[in-house]
Amino acid sequence: MSTDQSTRPSAQHSPSRFGALLAFLRNTWRGLTAMRTALTLLFLLALGAMPGALLPQRSLNSAKTDQYIADHGWWGRLLDRLQFYDVYSSVWFSAIYILLFTSLIGCLLPRTVEYARQLRAKPVLTPRNLARLPHHRQSTVDASADAVLTAARTRLRGWRVAEHTEEDGARSISAERGFLRETGNLVFHFGLLGILVAFALGGIYKYEGHVIVLANGGENSEFCNSGVANYDYFVPGLSVDGTQLSPFCVKVNGFTAQYLPTGQPTSYQADIQYQAGADLSTGTWRPYDLRVNSPLRTAGDRVYLLSHGYAPRFTVTYPDGTQRSNVIQWEQADPITLLSSGATKFDPPDTPDPEQRRKSQLAITGLFAPTAVYDGTVLSSSFPELRDPAVAVDIYRGDLGSDSGRGQSIYSIDQSMVDSGRLQKVARKNLALGEEITLDDGTRVRFDNVEQWVSLQVSHDPTQNWVLVFAVLMLLGLVTSLVVKRRRIWVRVTPAGGSGGSGRTVVEVGGLARTDQAGYGEEFTKVADELLRAARAGRES
Amino acid sequence: MPVDESLSTFSDWSYGSAVAVYLLAMIFLLVEQAFGRTARAAAAGRTARAAALVGAGAGGSSVVQADQTDQSDQSDQDRPRITPGVVSTPQRSRPERFGRMGAALIVLGALLHLGSIVLRGFAAGRAPWGNMYEYMSVVCFVAVGTWLALMRKFPIRRLSAFTLLPVVVLMFIGGTALYTTAAPVQPSLQSYWLVVHVSAAASGSGVLLVPGVASLLYLARKANERDPGRFVKLAARLPEADLLDRLAYRTTIIAFPVYTFGIFCGAIWAESAWGRFWGWDPKEIVAFVAWVVYAAYLHARATAGWRGNRAAWINVVGFAMTVFNLFFVNLVTTGLHSYAGV
Repeated sequence: MSTDQSTRPSAQHSPSRFGALLAFLRNTWRGLTAMRTALTLLFLLALGAMPGALLPQRSLNSAKTDQYIADHGWWGRLLDRLQFYDVYSSVWFSAIYILLFTSLIGCLLPRTVEYARQLRAKPVLTPRNLARLPHHRQSTVDASADAVLTAARTRLRGWRVAEHTEEDGARSISAERGFLRETGNLVFHFGLLGILVAFALGGIYKYEGHVIVLANGGENSEFCNSGVANYDYFVPGLSVDGTQLSPFCVKVNGFTAQYLPTGQPTSYQADIQYQAGADLSTGTWRPYDLRVNSPLRTAGDRVYLLSHGYAPRFTVTYPDGTQRSNVIQWEQADPITLLSSGATKFDPPDTPDPEQRRKSQLAITGLFAPTAVYDGTVLSSSFPELRDPAVAVDIYRGDLGSDSGRGQSIYSIDQSMVDSGRLQKVARKNLALGEEITLDDGTRVRFDNVEQWVSLQVSHDPTQNWVLVFAVLMLLGLVTSLVVKRRRIWVRVTPAGGSGGSGRTVVEVGGLARTDQAGYGEEFTKVADELLRAARAGRES
Repeated sequence: MPVDESLSTFSDWSYGSAVAVYLLAMIFLLVEQAFGRTARAAAAGRTARAAALVGAGAGGSSVVQADQTDQSDQSDQDRPRITPGVVSTPQRSRPERFGRMGAALIVLGALLHLGSIVLRGFAAGRAPWGNMYEYMSVVCFVAVGTWLALMRKFPIRRLSAFTLLPVVVLMFIGGTALYTTAAPVQPSLQSYWLVVHVSAAASGSGVLLVPGVASLLYLARKANERDPGRFVKLAARLPEADLLDRLAYRTTIIAFPVYTFGIFCGAIWAESAWGRFWGWDPKEIVAFVAWVVYAAYLHARATAGWRGNRAAWINVVGFAMTVFNLFFVNLVTTGLHSYAGV
């Protein structure tokens, strides 16, 4: 860019706007990449992440979040406006990590350049006064300077060495080692950057969906990843529109849970079949034993066994003798005993007239207990396994509101229809397996049997392998940078003064640890001892 | 797999004995701390020599000082020292004998402690860190083990009571309020990652207890150096601030990679158990926060103006985060790690 305005930093005398802007940018950049700032940003990151652990988060539990806001009045609403329930996608959290990210890059680039420069640089000249160094040894040996230096060179194999001859005739070796420390340091930080980038890309391309299917191999036990509509719940990444899901199908043939006598589960296992890729066209099903810690990995997606529960089957026999049977999942009301609640809904058979249909729809709602215990007539469950199933149901007749166009939960009836009197409770009873209840119009409702349902999660994240690669790099870099010490050692040999040619040599050894690492003392002592010993041994050779 | 009741009972007895022995060791070591020579007097000779070297030192930074103390430690072998293992004075003072007995008791306690963990593992037929009681027991064992290892290298025996105090408190809470009978674990915990992830997390946290304590003592010592009126009794009997700082740094750089490894393993396990490697679960958040804080500590210690007091404070905050992660997240919040609390 060429302008006639001064772009030089020394714009103090003529404070042109452009110069001032440049100065401002430069100072901002310097400030941002300073370690002080990086440290402050690290703290802000830690501080900013904390509310996510203390407040309910929408991404994890939106119902709980809404409840929290409702319970806390203006304070709850204020926190909502400040995005405290979506911490990790909030503006301020993003601001912190983007600043930190920039600061990290600004710190790493010059360091990488410096590192590359130092890789080619020679070890620094020997300091004039080795006695001033933190580690120092001196000794006079009966060997020539050449012999001492040769022995030193042998001992310092593996170190980066440079030799010098000084003005007064003394000769010295400067040696340095431990460059791997900085290598590890840079690998660690670049690995960290890699993780952040891969994580961000993951947010764009991943998706996750939940679906509940019956575990009986029947018609409602199959799920195909062909469209978003097949899911009960779907969370797309930023660029996922649901048109390009990896195609595969899963069918659940059975589910087994095992429990301790205390009711604690010890094993969940779903017996499934799946097809993906070419199998889809040939109709081949492959078996898989789906368990909690072993998801099905197919077609770039993963299928997880998330949860399970019961689906009671009811059969309604209408006065004219027609029968309708329905089985639908009821949700867990108590995750320990699997007491469940739900609503099984029926449309009257052969009633095309919506007006007529809305008068005689049926809903069976209430509680289901896999192992029934009664407190008086109140049903509850004592064990999660299917030992003595029973239901306690209210039966409603009338207009379920399913034609109203308003969505309703499959687990409950629309309470407003009850309140408006269009849906009326016509019976209430506890039913054991096979028992039935007869309504006032002669309709009979029988509790037939119980199916199990499983909740599956499908996850897709094309970047997660990259995250793993970067994580491994990061860990290797971290260990290297903490274990390796960068240190220097210098050897100076001076022919002993006075009786020149006597073959006696003064050997001085000095050492300095470059990095913040205690413990160099031990190594220095060892190396210096060996150097001096080698020097003495060099006398014989 | 059925639980072996008698092994489990032996494990509980062993646990109780370990706590009792630790308590006894604490008493012995407090006697040494209270009646022994003050650290200042003991280290007087060494300090004089170190000071002379500092005067001659090139950089004068704490790095250099640290190295010198190292070196002087070695060149001091002919002087009477209070490091265990080096017998140089034929006649030991009574407090010193108490201290040595205390150290022996810590070893005994650690053996009993190890016994209780191993027996628990055999009783339940799985890795013995499947619930909060067991996890805390392992954390405390690692902390004591780290301390014993450090005691061989640094003259810190008389500080043992300060490390044993949090250990005993944690073990007491674990053994009473959080006690759980030996049992198999939930399906989601049945994975070899239980062995890898939890042991790494427990080891990391256990080792990190030591720098937490050392940094607190460092702060007390420094406060006393600035204003001799503060922590008069305590600081006079503490070792040099430099030694405490070195102790904290060395243990942190051991624990930090282990802790990082623990978090990474947790992410890998979460990918196969919960369907995503990172989901901002409360446990994940606080583990991340603690990691960031320790990373800040390592950076602070290499930054002018931050090393010393500020770095020590950061380390203390890091340890507070670890404890918060253990108690608050397991017991108060509801997240995917909540089952570990019961």
